[in-house]
Amino acid sequence: MDMTKLKQLDSSRWTTEAGADNVLLYGSRDLLESMDDKVLEQITNVSQLPGRVGPAMTMPDAHWGYGFPIGGVAAFDPAQGGIVSAGGVGYDISCGIRFLRTNLRWKDIEASAWSLSGELFQHIPAGVGEEGEVRLSDDELDEMLRGGARWALDRGFGTAEDLEYVEETGTMPGAKPEFVSDMAKRRQRGQMGTLGSGNHYLEVQMVDRVFDRATADAWEVREGQVCIAIHCGSRGLGHQIGSDYLLSMAKAASRLGITLPDRELACAPIESKEGQEYLGAMAAGVNCALANRQILTHLTREVFARTFPGATIETLYDVSHNTCKREVHVVGGIERTLYIHRKGATRALGPGHPALPVPYRATGQPVVIGGSMGTGSYLLAGTPESEERAFSSASHGAGRSVSRRAALKRWRGRQLVDELREAGIIIRTKSMRGVAEEAPDAYKDVDSVARATEHAGLARRVAVLRPKVCVKG
Amino acid sequence: MGSEPASEKFDYFEHDADIGVIGRGATPEQAMEEAARAMFLLMALPSGPEPTKKVEVAFEEEDPEFAFVTWLNGVLAECRTQHIFPTTFSLRHNGSRWTGEAEGEPWDNALEQGVEVKGATLTGLSLAQVDDQWEARCVVDV
Repeated sequence: MDMTKLKQLDSSRWTTEAGADNVLLYGSRDLLESMDDKVLEQITNVSQLPGRVGPAMTMPDAHWGYGFPIGGVAAFDPAQGGIVSAGGVGYDISCGIRFLRTNLRWKDIEASAWSLSGELFQHIPAGVGEEGEVRLSDDELDEMLRGGARWALDRGFGTAEDLEYVEETGTMPGAKPEFVSDMAKRRQRGQMGTLGSGNHYLEVQMVDRVFDRATADAWEVREGQVCIAIHCGSRGLGHQIGSDYLLSMAKAASRLGITLPDRELACAPIESKEGQEYLGAMAAGVNCALANRQILTHLTREVFARTFPGATIETLYDVSHNTCKREVHVVGGIERTLYIHRKGATRALGPGHPALPVPYRATGQPVVIGGSMGTGSYLLAGTPESEERAFSSASHGAGRSVSRRAALKRWRGRQLVDELREAGIIIRTKSMRGVAEEAPDAYKDVDSVARATEHAGLARRVAVLRPKVCVKG
Repeated sequence: MGSEPASEKFDYFEHDADIGVIGRGATPEQAMEEAARAMFLLMALPSGPEPTKKVEVAFEEEDPEFAFVTWLNGVLAECRTQHIFPTTFSLRHNGSRWTGEAEGEPWDNALEQGVEVKGATLTGLSLAQVDDQWEARCVVDV
């Protein structure tokens, strides 16, 4: 990024000539220098959308996205003509991470790692064209879109305890399947309980180091423990909802009196017919993602139960990072109901928030920064400061630093798989191209992102985990 | 699939998180057909048999650039739901009425796997004459 266009506010906050009330970028100098100029262009465009409250912000892992930068956060007030943007949610609606803890220690199961990886690869549908075994009728699909993870639980996937630790307790309210196109529903029929491909994965990880002992104890997270991260979203259905509404909002913009700085920022007033229909469809997409991760959690448990009889797997938290949520925030000392867009950014509620499960009210919400398959992932906790600084938002991943095309030219999938195996990381994949595109060095340094997130007060580090087995799509 | 198969008729361009596709042809429709080919070749490589299965796409769209995105998303959705990996494409329009077809082979796991394209986006979207031919381009989400 061209740093001459930025003004440094302090060691972790930057703005532009537009001022900190309009544009705010979080991160270290190194992280911002490594970002594409498009990030600045995109967040500046976001700041020009109607009804914005507080600055349009980027998290420390930001990179070039669609209209909104990935790692973008912006709040809008319906009472001030605020908008909802399909581009501000993203195509993979409610893409997120289900983070699971086990009662296993890595040193006790390491000898079985290869067979475990094979069982997971066989049992978890992943990759291009892979379909799941869950087939839904039209009515069942609508029920799933209304019920989310709770629907999956009622179908026998997972445990009741899981839902307490899923955002919205597993069901996003306001879902309107009638506003989801037939094509979106058709695309999802064979995709329930599938990982997909690209940057999605199921990873078996080991807790490498604890930074915040008290919080880790409260979350029952200990060094050497085996944990599991499932990263995926709403699959074909979510993308089709995004595509459908992006086009319809782009066409409606001039009629609705909205001047778009970028077509990909297509949006509609929250209170408009178009805005309400999108929000109903988007909530259905969120429920699809929550149901999908609930099914994948169940499939993972089945594998572990066969491989390690007596193993227990509990949901630590399930957090989405492509959403628009209706939330109450205090702005200028006044409580306001706002629509918070988090595009490639995770919610990070601080201690005491009423939306948190009771066991996390003292610690703050678990936040997951997913790293690359060769580096590591972080568990963090939401902070009180994040509410005031970023509407309780934080980084969601390492963020790409090398494009997919460039990665493909620079690395070979087979070689990476072999090198990672030497380093003690087993990769299972059907696509060597996918491995090359997802090469560890194609991502920013996840340690830097986690440190910058903590330094900015957005979330505090609790533990870092190292990948051991990665099932890639 | 260790590299991108490009030709004079289709190519790719940079995007941080995803991939841009480019189709070229003597007409806008041909450029859109070649962009569809570029998109599908990101996902798999055909195994070679003559096309045996066909999908059809039809839609109304006045804006040619939006028609391009709608074509890509339509043919992608139809091929995915009908399990067809397409190798030939044809697109026509009469005013705002667009109709297209894609023919190919059954899409099974034996095809060499690339990366899953979830859909076409408005990012980097353009349909324009470049020198003596038409060029259609946009970023696809993977």
